[in-house]
Amino acid sequence: MSKDQKATNMLHSALRRLLFLLCLAIGGAFVSATLVRFAPGYGVQERELDPRWSAQSIEALRQKQMLHEGLALYYLHYLSALAHGDLGESDSFKRPVRELLRQRLPVTGNSVVRGLGIAWLGAALLASLGLASRGWLYEASSTAFSSLLLSLPSAVVAMLAVQLRAPVFFAIGVVVFPRLHRYVRSLLVRSYDQPHVLAARARGLASGAIFFRHVLPISAPPLLALLGVSFTIAFGAAIPIEALCDSPGLGQLAWQAALSRDLPLIVNVTFIVSLVMFAANSLADLAGRAFSGSTP
Amino acid sequence: MCDLSTDGARHHPPTSLSCPAVSRCPQCRSFDRHPLGTDALGRDSLARLLYGTRISLLLAPAAALLSTLIAALLGSAAGFLGGRFERIVLAVTDLSLALPWLFLLLTVRAMLPLDVSPMVSVIIAFLMMGLLGWQASVRVICAAARGVRDSDFLLLARSSGCKPARLLLYHVAPNLRSLFYAQFWISIPLFILTEANLSILGLGVMEPMASWGNLLRGFEDFSALGANPWRLVPLVLLVIVVMCFQLVLPSQEVTQ
Amino acid sequence: MKRLCVVLVLTLVLCGPSLVSAESASQSGGELHFCLRGEPKTFNPLLVEENASETVRYLTGGVLVRLNRQTQALEPGLAVSWKVSEDGRKITFRLRSGLHFSDGTPFTSEDVAYTMNALMDPQLHSPTGDSFRSGEGQVVVQTPSADVIVITFPAPVAGLERLFDQVAILSAHSPKKEMAVLGPFYVADYAPGSYVLLRRNTNYWKKDKEGKSLPYLDSIRLDIQRNHDIEILRFRRGEIHLINSLDADLFDRLQKESPAAAHDAGPSLDSEFVWFNQVPTAAFPEYKKIWFRSTEFRKAVSLAINRADLARIVYAGHAQPAYGPISPANHFWFNSTLPIPKYDSAAALRLLTQAGFRLEGETLRDSSGNRVEFTLVTSTGNKPREQMVTMIQQDLSQIGIKVNMVTLDFPSLIERITRTFDYEACLLGFTNTDLDPNSQMNVWLSSAENHQWNPKQSKPATAWEAEIDRLMQSQASSTSDKKRKADWDRLQQIVSEQQPFIYLVNKDAMSAISPAVVGSSPSVLDPHAFWNAEILRLGPDPALGAQK
Repeated sequence: MSKDQKATNMLHSALRRLLFLLCLAIGGAFVSATLVRFAPGYGVQERELDPRWSAQSIEALRQKQMLHEGLALYYLHYLSALAHGDLGESDSFKRPVRELLRQRLPVTGNSVVRGLGIAWLGAALLASLGLASRGWLYEASSTAFSSLLLSLPSAVVAMLAVQLRAPVFFAIGVVVFPRLHRYVRSLLVRSYDQPHVLAARARGLASGAIFFRHVLPISAPPLLALLGVSFTIAFGAAIPIEALCDSPGLGQLAWQAALSRDLPLIVNVTFIVSLVMFAANSLADLAGRAFSGSTP
Repeated sequence: MCDLSTDGARHHPPTSLSCPAVSRCPQCRSFDRHPLGTDALGRDSLARLLYGTRISLLLAPAAALLSTLIAALLGSAAGFLGGRFERIVLAVTDLSLALPWLFLLLTVRAMLPLDVSPMVSVIIAFLMMGLLGWQASVRVICAAARGVRDSDFLLLARSSGCKPARLLLYHVAPNLRSLFYAQFWISIPLFILTEANLSILGLGVMEPMASWGNLLRGFEDFSALGANPWRLVPLVLLVIVVMCFQLVLPSQEVTQ
Repeated sequence: MKRLCVVLVLTLVLCGPSLVSAESASQSGGELHFCLRGEPKTFNPLLVEENASETVRYLTGGVLVRLNRQTQALEPGLAVSWKVSEDGRKITFRLRSGLHFSDGTPFTSEDVAYTMNALMDPQLHSPTGDSFRSGEGQVVVQTPSADVIVITFPAPVAGLERLFDQVAILSAHSPKKEMAVLGPFYVADYAPGSYVLLRRNTNYWKKDKEGKSLPYLDSIRLDIQRNHDIEILRFRRGEIHLINSLDADLFDRLQKESPAAAHDAGPSLDSEFVWFNQVPTAAFPEYKKIWFRSTEFRKAVSLAINRADLARIVYAGHAQPAYGPISPANHFWFNSTLPIPKYDSAAALRLLTQAGFRLEGETLRDSSGNRVEFTLVTSTGNKPREQMVTMIQQDLSQIGIKVNMVTLDFPSLIERITRTFDYEACLLGFTNTDLDPNSQMNVWLSSAENHQWNPKQSKPATAWEAEIDRLMQSQASSTSDKKRKADWDRLQQIVSEQQPFIYLVNKDAMSAISPAVVGSSPSVLDPHAFWNAEILRLGPDPALGAQK
């Protein structure tokens, strides 16, 4: 097959995959929104309990709140609006959803990326230190440390972060780090025990050269796959952590939307969250499959 | 060791408050009557801790069993049949992983009939966790089933005219049994942690039942611990138990 | 070297004055920090429904008359004087002249007319507007001059002047619409989900006794913080200066650490109460409906609840037992002649026995042999309420009644109590911001939505509810406060006899104010801590310097 044909094939399959992801994400959003629509308490607001409202006002309130059209029609309108880039208006915040997302996505993105940075840095540092000193004391203590962090519920980590005035990304990093550390460590250990690495060491190659020219190329593919998975973990953990730390990101938005049964917001937030998770998972899958032959 | 059965508890169950031993004495400090002190309502903390331990330790494995069964079924069928079915199952797995589960939990909580007993609501909470926690194991089981599918003995069985269902039940599943056990044991600490997270957020085990997560609520202000450091005991217990599970179990693929 | 000296000297000369002025500016006011417990849904003062928007409106809105939260008397605001006509339908205001909105637009009676017309527009649905709607018909607003405005209502409005404390005047002509304000501060910046920044309104009309223009503060920063524990953590660290309403357990903790910061202004107007579902079409068995409709049953339950313990344990002593809809803190309207029932389980049992119930061992059974048991729903996430239900369980088990607790999140709870009526008993609280009980009318009218135990009745189900209806109509159309008080006294008597709501406690008004805030005097009426925001000032406090 010529290079051009291969390229176009790859492009086609990438586009098909993207379309599939979009459909899945929209499907997920609709499932979630349907659950909320039929959940008790939909269309009911706390302000109805205020005795100052007159009877006509309460009737008018209720009329406005209920969906005038059926759920299917609502989804149809949502999809057509989505094609124009209009995401609707939030019921509980009374502002366009696009504006809300635009303000909050960067906050969450920031926290997730920085948290991942800390987690990877920590995992890499600890793992390489472990390689440098292969003593049992270091192994035992680092295993104990990462086990301890792994055993803390992420909600407790969030509360600790609030208490210690640590930023949100620190909590996310602490949650992701132990999950990475074990895998990275075992991966590096296995790579270093490969016969060709042993041969390179016997020949007296510098440790830097061994790492960059022999170990890294083998471990890179599964590490790339791990990057994708760690991203989904970080993003998934960000939602309850942000809700508990009261950080103005996507997590808090999702929590508020769920509590107030805000249908337009829930559809959009679920769509974005699902899309991000799928994309990360697919990239991880692709990376894994592209280099599947060379996993140690 | 503490006897976790109901009859063994030295104090009355913390949900029945007509017992005269439960004093209307919040934050009580008398050691012989209340070794770990009392909570804000005068209920004995040690009794609540024992009950909470019982709930967390007995029902997490139940949820793990349920989720492993679902994952085993779906994963082995997907890996074995391959093709479109496998793609669908993996897509559904991804979808349910990506969905924010808290909507579902809020819905289920609100739909429960009013006169359901607290124990039933706990069981429902763990059922929900089991029904939502199978995704992590499915991929692993699917990959393993794919491996078994290409093995020789299966080829022989298929060529002898075995039906797919029989193949699955009698040839594929038994070979994956050790993997199922591994996934089951691995899921238990995950469910303990999930239950703790949910209860802290208010979506898990509800009052007046106690559970580890329940007892950890309202911890944002750690200065309260200075007054009553025993409130940390559920957290310490939880961390110790989960650490034991993790140190004993083999390290596995990074999962959620 | 020479050039360096020249540069340094020039820098000092140029920056010197600004340094000096910056210092004097910080001494004159400073920036007050505190938290909003939710996102403000709107900045339009006519549409305010919830607490966060109400806070912003209180600080930015200019009102005709202001209720002094401390003395509980009305003070002139934008209006120098006012007069209510004999029949209670007409009110005349004489306005101050020469005032301007925050953006410079002049203030005249036209702006008040514009505001009232917008408020009384039938298409506008807001609690503020609905408070004025006493009858069918059009509200007529006349502006005979730039300083005088006359408003005529179709029917007498009870407590008319006090209602104007909630009406913030909008500008009829300003291009900034509702962002041009007459209050001490204006909204300078708003970061959704994060904070609202209010800056001093230099056009504010009020001056202090020495003639210096108010407010003293340069700005107020309102952070959006939903979590109460994080809020008090930030208060302890000195990041925020006050907490307007504090929960009892947090108050206790704060009092132990810094007694100067914790303020308990005394019993507030808020109450917590329990009621039984008396809707005839509710989805539980008929025999339970018979219990809930029986006055003796309700009175017995009320007698069997130990309110003193509730106040002592749940609120750590920062609450008073409540027995009626009007709090004793409301001196004028509270009926002090009513007897206060004592906690008495034996008397409760006697009452129940009279009504046909009998105690068999540990369980109470009704005349048909059914075990007396019901479910009490309350809102989730509210610790005091959950604790109160647990204690009520304990109290009622002493007379053999089994109570099951269910907590629901607020939307589901409201759906059950206002739409489906699928509940047996409910424990909720009532936040009262108004001294005048007329705002509670929709709770007592049997045909109204908020008549919680049996709303929207086509005709009163019982004789006493019919009497309450008559009392409500009478007090709404009466112009004499004395006559209205007689009506409300009778209502409180009926409530005490029939116990449709079993009142539990009146919470104290607790707030936390940092010692660095000068001039604060916490009040019982909302807003407790910052009702006099215009004369608040930040004094020198070393702990604060670090946070600026």
